[in-house]
Amino acid sequence: MGPNAFGNMRKIKERVIEKGLQASALVTIAVTVGIILVLSIEAIRFFSEVSIVDFLTDTQWTPLYTDKHFGILPLLSGTLLTSFIAILFAVPIGLSISIYISEYAPRSFRKTIKPLLELLAAVPTVVYGFFALTVVTPFLQSFIPSLSGFNSLSAGLVMGIMIIPFISSLSEDALHAVPNSLREAAYGMGSTKLQNSFRVLVPAASSGIVVSIILAISRAIGETMIVAIAAGQQPRLTFDPTVPVETITAYIVQVSLGDVQHGSLEYRTIFAAGITLFIFTFLLNTISYRIRKKFREKYE
Amino acid sequence: MNNIKKNRLLDQVFKFWGIACTFLGLILLTIFIGSIFVDGIQRIDWDFITSLPSRKAERAGIFTALMGSVWILVLTTIIALPVGIAAAIYLEEYAKESKMASLLEVNISNLAGVPSIIYGLLGLEVFVRILEMGASILAGSFTLALLILPIVIVSTRESIKAVPKSIRDASYALGASKWQTISQQLLPASFGGILTGIILALSRAVGETAPLIVIGALAYVPFAPASPLDEFSVLPIQIFNWISRPQHGFEVNAAAAIIILLLITFVMNGIAVYFRNRWQSKLK
Repeated sequence: MGPNAFGNMRKIKERVIEKGLQASALVTIAVTVGIILVLSIEAIRFFSEVSIVDFLTDTQWTPLYTDKHFGILPLLSGTLLTSFIAILFAVPIGLSISIYISEYAPRSFRKTIKPLLELLAAVPTVVYGFFALTVVTPFLQSFIPSLSGFNSLSAGLVMGIMIIPFISSLSEDALHAVPNSLREAAYGMGSTKLQNSFRVLVPAASSGIVVSIILAISRAIGETMIVAIAAGQQPRLTFDPTVPVETITAYIVQVSLGDVQHGSLEYRTIFAAGITLFIFTFLLNTISYRIRKKFREKYE
Repeated sequence: MNNIKKNRLLDQVFKFWGIACTFLGLILLTIFIGSIFVDGIQRIDWDFITSLPSRKAERAGIFTALMGSVWILVLTTIIALPVGIAAAIYLEEYAKESKMASLLEVNISNLAGVPSIIYGLLGLEVFVRILEMGASILAGSFTLALLILPIVIVSTRESIKAVPKSIRDASYALGASKWQTISQQLLPASFGGILTGIILALSRAVGETAPLIVIGALAYVPFAPASPLDEFSVLPIQIFNWISRPQHGFEVNAAAAIIILLLITFVMNGIAVYFRNRWQSKLK
């Protein structure tokens, strides 16, 4: 074998390896296509039996009862209510943490506290569900006696604790990336750290902070076990945080635990619910990706 | 003058508020774990770990669920690891700046944000029904492998990116081909970082409940699984099942099983942080 043949062999080997690696990367595209196909096919079958107008406007969701109604609104309101409570709790706290760590705390503190805070997001959600049901709900009931055993308030609050690190970590990165010249200019004008943070740094890092909040919302909307355990399984169109509700995700779990015939209309409801959830999180993720791309270009 | 004093006071107030917020989450977590510990620790003994499930709370154990979790963890790793690392290498070393690369990048970023329960619906249709795996360990592992794939890819890319350019240049200067450079220089140099990402991804997989419930994993499995095609339960599903029962004995069982699950999660996270620190100091 001459040196040329050897070179050719090597070229062929390199090509084969590249194609193999490429195929692996394409698996991720296949996953997306698979998700969209699976959800759409089952959802289209669902909508051939249930009118989409009823799905979007009916105020009752009772597919598992004899008097069947297929209105997604009660599940949607449950999802939005629990997520709203979580975000309302997590945003002020997460943002305060990020400002404190980035502007007030000593450098060494940052290195220790960030992994510790991220531990909050590493706890399995079934564990948070247990906390919400057995610790937080009884605790809240001592203040609000009318609070039901299953409710969106304690599920939302515990979900808020879980998503704190999503907001604090990403916002802190954004604040950290603001050029020092901005800080120095503000201090030179005699501003305190607080004034500097809220009037200069937070506006300068706003895109990163917005991204962190959008990702947290998306995470809250898709969260399953906390709400399945602590928020109840009663779809109802309400914004009262003290009564049991059901989220889209909790409904999918409820059906999956039961004995539903494959191919039945009940079976297809979980895909109709799933595609609704997917559309919401997809939109949120796409928006955050767009903002992140723009934000990266600004500083690099 | 008054204004300045007011501003300084506000500044101090915010500082304490910031400290309070930073520790709020951690304190709450400590309270939670503490209360669980009190509830569950006396229930943990060798019998609890090695007993099969039972309808009687005091005789029930976590053996089948624990074995299910181990099976799932091993198979998920075997499936997700090669694909994830290969995809990351392709994106970082081959596809740079191409149209295909930006499409793949948007796609992976989106996949990372898809709720885990949606992966369950995908697994239910594709693995359980179409590929006829049934509600088996194999179907569960494939589902979770797809779920952690974006995490593995992103962290592997970061680790490869962190390898100094000088190592690449030196390898090419010695006449090494692209693949030789990757397999003999880049991968060994980024090994610590890749390992960290994989352990973190697996610690996420071991706590996942929803997608496995959707594909039909059971709460009650009489015997520990013996092959990948057996039906199974995992620790989080066992916990969920015990939580949803009214008797107090099962709540104690749930607390005890949570201690074991948290132990596994925290140990995995600890190992990951250890490898990351060691690897980062080696790179510098």
